[in-house]
Amino acid sequence: MAAALNIQKGTSKHSAYDLRDPNAEAVERHTLAVIVDNEAGVLARVIGLFSGRGYNIDSLTVAEVDHEGHRSRITIVTTGTPAVIDQIKAQLGRIVPVHEVHDLTVEGPSVERELALFKVVSGGDKRVEALRLADIFRANVVDSTLESFVFEITGTPQKVDAFGELMRPLGLTEMARTGIAALSRGS
Amino acid sequence: MTQMTGAKMVVQALKDQGVEVVFGYPGGAVLPIYDEIFQQTEIRHILVRHEQAAVHAAEGYARSTGKPGVVLVTSGPGATNAVTGITDALMDSIPLVVLTGQVPTFMVGNDAFQEADTVGITRPCTKHNWLVKDTDALADTIHQAFHVATSGRPGPVLVDIPKDVQFAEGTYVEPRAAKTGHYQPKVKGDKEMITRLVEAMETAERPIFYTGGGVINSGDAATQLLREFVDATGFPITSTLMGLGSYPASGKGWLGMLGMHGLYEANLAMHDCDLMINIGARFDDRITGRVADFSPHSRKAHIDIDPSSINKTIRVEMPIVGDVAHVLEDALRIWKSRGRKVNKAALAEWWAQIEEWRKVECLRYRNSDKIIKPQYALQRLEALTKDRKDRYICTEVGQHQMWAAQFLGFEAPNRWMTSGGLGTMGYGFPASIGVQIAHPDALVINVAGEGSWLMNMQEMGTAVQYSLPVKQFILNNERLGMVRQWQSLLHGNRYSHSWSEALPDFVKLAEAFGAKGIQCSDPADLDDAIAEMLAHDGPVIFDCLVEKHENCYPMIPSGEPHHKMLLGEDTGEDAIKAGGAVLV
Ligand SMILES: Cc1cc2nc3c(=O)[nH]c(=O)nc-3n(C[C@H](O)[C@H](O)[C@H](O)COP(=O)(O)OP(=O)(O)OC[C@H]3O[C@@H](n4cnc5c(N)ncnc54)[C@H](O)[C@@H]3O)c2cc1C
Ligand SMILES: Cc1ncc(C[n+]2csc(CCOP(=O)(O)OP(=O)(O)O)c2C)c(N)n1
Repeated sequence: MAAALNIQKGTSKHSAYDLRDPNAEAVERHTLAVIVDNEAGVLARVIGLFSGRGYNIDSLTVAEVDHEGHRSRITIVTTGTPAVIDQIKAQLGRIVPVHEVHDLTVEGPSVERELALFKVVSGGDKRVEALRLADIFRANVVDSTLESFVFEITGTPQKVDAFGELMRPLGLTEMARTGIAALSRGS
Repeated sequence: MTQMTGAKMVVQALKDQGVEVVFGYPGGAVLPIYDEIFQQTEIRHILVRHEQAAVHAAEGYARSTGKPGVVLVTSGPGATNAVTGITDALMDSIPLVVLTGQVPTFMVGNDAFQEADTVGITRPCTKHNWLVKDTDALADTIHQAFHVATSGRPGPVLVDIPKDVQFAEGTYVEPRAAKTGHYQPKVKGDKEMITRLVEAMETAERPIFYTGGGVINSGDAATQLLREFVDATGFPITSTLMGLGSYPASGKGWLGMLGMHGLYEANLAMHDCDLMINIGARFDDRITGRVADFSPHSRKAHIDIDPSSINKTIRVEMPIVGDVAHVLEDALRIWKSRGRKVNKAALAEWWAQIEEWRKVECLRYRNSDKIIKPQYALQRLEALTKDRKDRYICTEVGQHQMWAAQFLGFEAPNRWMTSGGLGTMGYGFPASIGVQIAHPDALVINVAGEGSWLMNMQEMGTAVQYSLPVKQFILNNERLGMVRQWQSLLHGNRYSHSWSEALPDFVKLAEAFGAKGIQCSDPADLDDAIAEMLAHDGPVIFDCLVEKHENCYPMIPSGEPHHKMLLGEDTGEDAIKAGGAVLV
């Protein structure tokens, strides 16, 4: 795959109905929130759409958000040219149990958070340094032995990435990330 | 609140949905439903000979009536055999409700006998599907299934019913009490955008209507409005393979079909137009040719009920999401209220240009008095049947299908049943059965190639059992003609596996099933032979021995722009360039 030019939210001049050459477009990263009926197979439909039509999934999270109304919220981070992103939204909208598709990247300001667990196995200076950095990143220690820590960190994906990079030379052995949850700001 | 078994519910729900016919094939996992079918007379069950054929028959029924087709098959192999038909219906937007039996809920996931993950297998090839685990939810689900299949862009849906759910008792709900839910696609188009389109129509110098299957899907009102609009504006109109008949072939605006094997004048008009009005067509690759060179000078409007069809391959300036009939009604009203304006002088020039293109006579072919040319066979079929108001034509897939689209004229919608999107060989014969079931007294002809026809030839049993007078008009070139044509244009005439060496004697084959067979090989006998076929009140296999190496033109070679068409005379070995060879 060609190296993707990662244009961040709000930096694209494209609007939905611009006439543009799909081949001459840069790839953008969008966060989509999809409200679905919480019924059997709905996640398979969404994932199957992405794999069947060759779209990218960078991150995907899903959980029930309205127990009485049987609604789940799927948050998907995807990359593609603006034309592809438009298609993804239209295709998601066609799935029968999908109620709403929100493109948080274009619908105004939004917050994105991810939770991650990092296991760091080390001793001596490295162990001290890991603990010090964790403090700066406001990561919590949720498990500790004499040789290891498990840190819990919450933040933007960039913050989680940065913490992971710092932990790598300090004895990082395992990590688990939830994927992104996102909401629009304000009311 | 009526209590009944799940199996009874299925039949009751079908009755309440107004279903008259079910195409199916029984098996262990649907026996309780078959038992209920046995004990009633309102719903007719047609026993096919293969589940794929049940689905194609239901497609033929649906396309020729505008009503959803219904299929009933068993679990496992019954369901997997139906997959090709279901995919075909998805690609061509045909409303179907497919009911499959499943192993009992307590055995699901155990690799039980004749278990298949039917909802998993059919998830990508249905518009939606359901596995019903509770008899109380069954009736509601079936009603929802009809709603989803027929609302918005139509398509196939599937309801998978485990056997224990069929035996158990539950509460029946009627269609009006069912939760048809939030699924209510938008049918009215945006007024501002429609007005923009009307403004563009008032000044356009070289406008064209490009219509498709969506007009047929939308129904009779759409056809009426389209005809009125075309005739009142005097704009030319072309249609895709799927939209034939929505505007009459004898109408004064008609240019003929467009696309890969469409007419020269239709494709050139699409290329040179300054306003393209796409109504219910999806810019398929058979139409656009090389996308970058598609109709470079035009403003484009696209009316489609499915937002994902808009801006998928071709960017349009005027996207209008809505149902064809609703949008055309508004557009026509706005156009009239603004004084019915068109650019008359420019239109006259535009038509003069089109007449020039027509002089190319792109459908010309070299006829013969020794051997029947396939084009000639279709011209004679057209001449001898075009006055029949009740004529329905089905096709298989291949050269014969394209020639049928070029040489037969359609005056009304829902009279042309063909597999466009998936291109499924074996579609036509069972589809003709479905059409004949829906229209018992009509003339139903399946224009076939011998290769395609053999793919579902077992349906002779169905045709004979139900005394269906379907006419199987086989253009027998003893070749997989369309494949052979590509091999001649693309692969140096190396005819790798594109012919059969052991074709049956079709006359004897007909007789073996208790039907009539006719063979014809001499152009001089053709009219009489066709008359004999038409006069016979029963199924007929017409084995029309035709020229073996005829190619179908015009043709846009794959990978080329849509105005660079090959005409009959340009036949050359390397007509398709290397870059186009990877395309299908
Ligand atoms: C061998 C072969 C050769 C072929 N060559 C050609 C060719 O030369 N020319 C050609 O035209 N085709 C050809 N085809 C067929 C082609 O593959 C496509 O199936 C066809 O062009 C698609 O037709 P369509 O655009 O009308 O879309 P359809 O598949 O009929 O889709 C209908 C569109 O209308 C929309 N719609 C549905 N209902 C409504 C409604 N109520 N209101 C508004 N919109 C609605 C749908 O969302 C969809 O976008 C060929 C097929 C085969 C097998
Ligand atoms: C199920 C299926 N398999 C393969 C193909 C590929 N294919 C397209 S046309 C064709 C040949 C059709 O031959 P025939 O039915 O004899 O018609 P002809 O082209 O000779 O008119 C083939 C093999 C297909 N469309 N469908």
